[in-house]
Amino acid sequence: MLYAFVLFPLLGALAAWVIPSQRYRPWILPAVGVVHLAITFAVLADTPPLSAGGWIGFDPLGKIVLLSISLLFLACAVYAVGYLAYRQERSNRVLCMGVLVCLSAMTLVTMARHLGLLWVALETTTVSMAPLVYFNRNARSIEATWKYLLICSVGIALALLGLFFLAYSTIVAAQPEPTLLLDPLIASAGKLHPAWLHAAFIFLLVGFGSKMGLAPLHTWKPDAYGEAPGLVGALLSGGLVNCAFLAVLRVYQICAASGTELPFFRNALMTLGFVSMAFAAIFMVRQTDFKRMLAWSSVEHVGILAVALGLGKGALFGALFHVLNNGLTKGVLFLSSGNIHRSYNSKTTDVVRGALRRVPWSGALFLAGFIAITGSPPFSPFLSEYQIVASAFVQGSGRAGAAFLLLLAVVFIGMASTVLPLVMGDPPKDLPASDYRERFLTVGPPLFLTGIILMLGVWIPEPLLVLLRDGSALLEATP
Amino acid sequence: MDSLADQLLVLVMLINFVILGSSRLAFCIQAVAAQGVILGLLPGIIHPFSWHLAGITACILLAKGLIIPWLINDATRKAQIKREVEPFVGYVTTLLLGAVFTAMAFVFAEKLPLAPAHKDLLVVPASIATLLTGFLVLTTRRKAISQVIGYLVLENGIFIFGLLLTEAMPVMVEAGVLLDLLVGIFVMGIVINQISHEFSTIDTSRLSALKEEI
Repeated sequence: MLYAFVLFPLLGALAAWVIPSQRYRPWILPAVGVVHLAITFAVLADTPPLSAGGWIGFDPLGKIVLLSISLLFLACAVYAVGYLAYRQERSNRVLCMGVLVCLSAMTLVTMARHLGLLWVALETTTVSMAPLVYFNRNARSIEATWKYLLICSVGIALALLGLFFLAYSTIVAAQPEPTLLLDPLIASAGKLHPAWLHAAFIFLLVGFGSKMGLAPLHTWKPDAYGEAPGLVGALLSGGLVNCAFLAVLRVYQICAASGTELPFFRNALMTLGFVSMAFAAIFMVRQTDFKRMLAWSSVEHVGILAVALGLGKGALFGALFHVLNNGLTKGVLFLSSGNIHRSYNSKTTDVVRGALRRVPWSGALFLAGFIAITGSPPFSPFLSEYQIVASAFVQGSGRAGAAFLLLLAVVFIGMASTVLPLVMGDPPKDLPASDYRERFLTVGPPLFLTGIILMLGVWIPEPLLVLLRDGSALLEATP
Repeated sequence: MDSLADQLLVLVMLINFVILGSSRLAFCIQAVAAQGVILGLLPGIIHPFSWHLAGITACILLAKGLIIPWLINDATRKAQIKREVEPFVGYVTTLLLGAVFTAMAFVFAEKLPLAPAHKDLLVVPASIATLLTGFLVLTTRRKAISQVIGYLVLENGIFIFGLLLTEAMPVMVEAGVLLDLLVGIFVMGIVINQISHEFSTIDTSRLSALKEEI
């Protein structure tokens, strides 16, 4: 069953390659998305046992990321049908195939229990997304693609070196069998050679951190998110980021099990997290390109996730919940911003004004997404961010908590100064008419995601609560 | 057999200098290919024979010796470039930096806590030196192709370290790593082609339209 889970999106990609019709090809995406979500719920309800010699299988952490990816993918898939209908002039074969290959690789990331396999799947997500960033085929998008591909590839190569160090630490410690399987590594983490372990954690953090977009390794992010189509931006910021974060969580698990390395790793995460939030706060102010603004918001939120991991204890629950919330809210923002971009044929605030008048649904959804992502009730990111801040104060690291709140406030003001003029007021008079119409296929998906984060903000279903608790218990496990 | 392995590793480090010092792209590509072939042979020399090992060796030779150089050459031909002009930093400076990095790699490797079986091998210093050379090429060259070459040298450095732990990395993972590398280079080749179409040059310092306006 687990094999089939990874393989059937690839079958979809094959079908996308074979189907000649531009109009009907995108329908494969929602078909695969629905099946994927169904299997995801089946896996959540009844977890299949580990297979392939313990190489693949699900634990609570993998399940949380899987759920966020599957929900987001379905929304993006339905949206893609509506979006690609406006882009008939361009072949969508590569886009459909790339998205499906990426889905397969992301699924593999969530179930991989062997760090080498995890690495391969993660690198596959990077490469499969590169052609999609270049969908618009102009000078700006090629520049973005090149930066994305090179920085992420080099970053992830460093993560491979980190993995080699980790494996070597088992050899130096004269373990009977050197391995990169997660469970034996966690079981024997206390006995591994400390110096190599230390080096491994540094390289893994730098490598996976650059893929996640933690500052100062985030430089590809505004470019790639700014130039990619909205649905690709949503998948990058809600899917790939969560996959890379899962990789960091795996490293964190080994750190926690080793006992001695955890304080160092936590400090490093905390520092990178605050640097990311500070970068985002600075560049968010007076940002005129609203897609780049969303990229900076993504940098901010990976910073929040890193800070939460750095705090540990109660914040871990918040971090895992925030993985879900951030992914889905980013979906709302990128998909609705894609609609606004289409309607105004521009993504800078000197042209885009009065979106609530011109595209009422997308404008309202964008506004709702902004309210949610900045951590305002009643949406669920408020709950997860509150959990993190509260945990900071409870643990007695009041300065961290205060800095966190301050940065959130600055980001809120910076983002509001871009978003509010964008949605309020009157649209410019001399704006040419657009062929974009608000239809179910383009408005429904972000609405669906908004519904989910609104529901999670008011009521968390019991199984999800159990899942989040199990996940944070797994992270807290110390020898 | 270890002395043969050490001699080959010295050769690998010499190739690093060839790549740093050469201004002709075609020559650099050949040098990286040669480096890849030597690295492909090394596991067979260090470890006793097994089918697993033979398979890996064949795959690496095929990928690093033939397919990847062919992909890069193809991209070069389509983008019509022959010579690396004006790197950000001059050739002499990068060569000197390369020498300093290599020396540092030896000093650093002395201090590392290696397993007793690996104490006398050149693997770790060669790995670090190649890794740093890759970084040097990545950061000091303008042309997109040269950056791909830098990335390959970086990968080679990581691969050398991997020689110490062929037992820990089962075949499937190695195959996956190699495949990802191949596909990555393939995509980079296509992107280079598009850059040259769009800008009529593959000078990456021209890729500077996207930045913050502050």
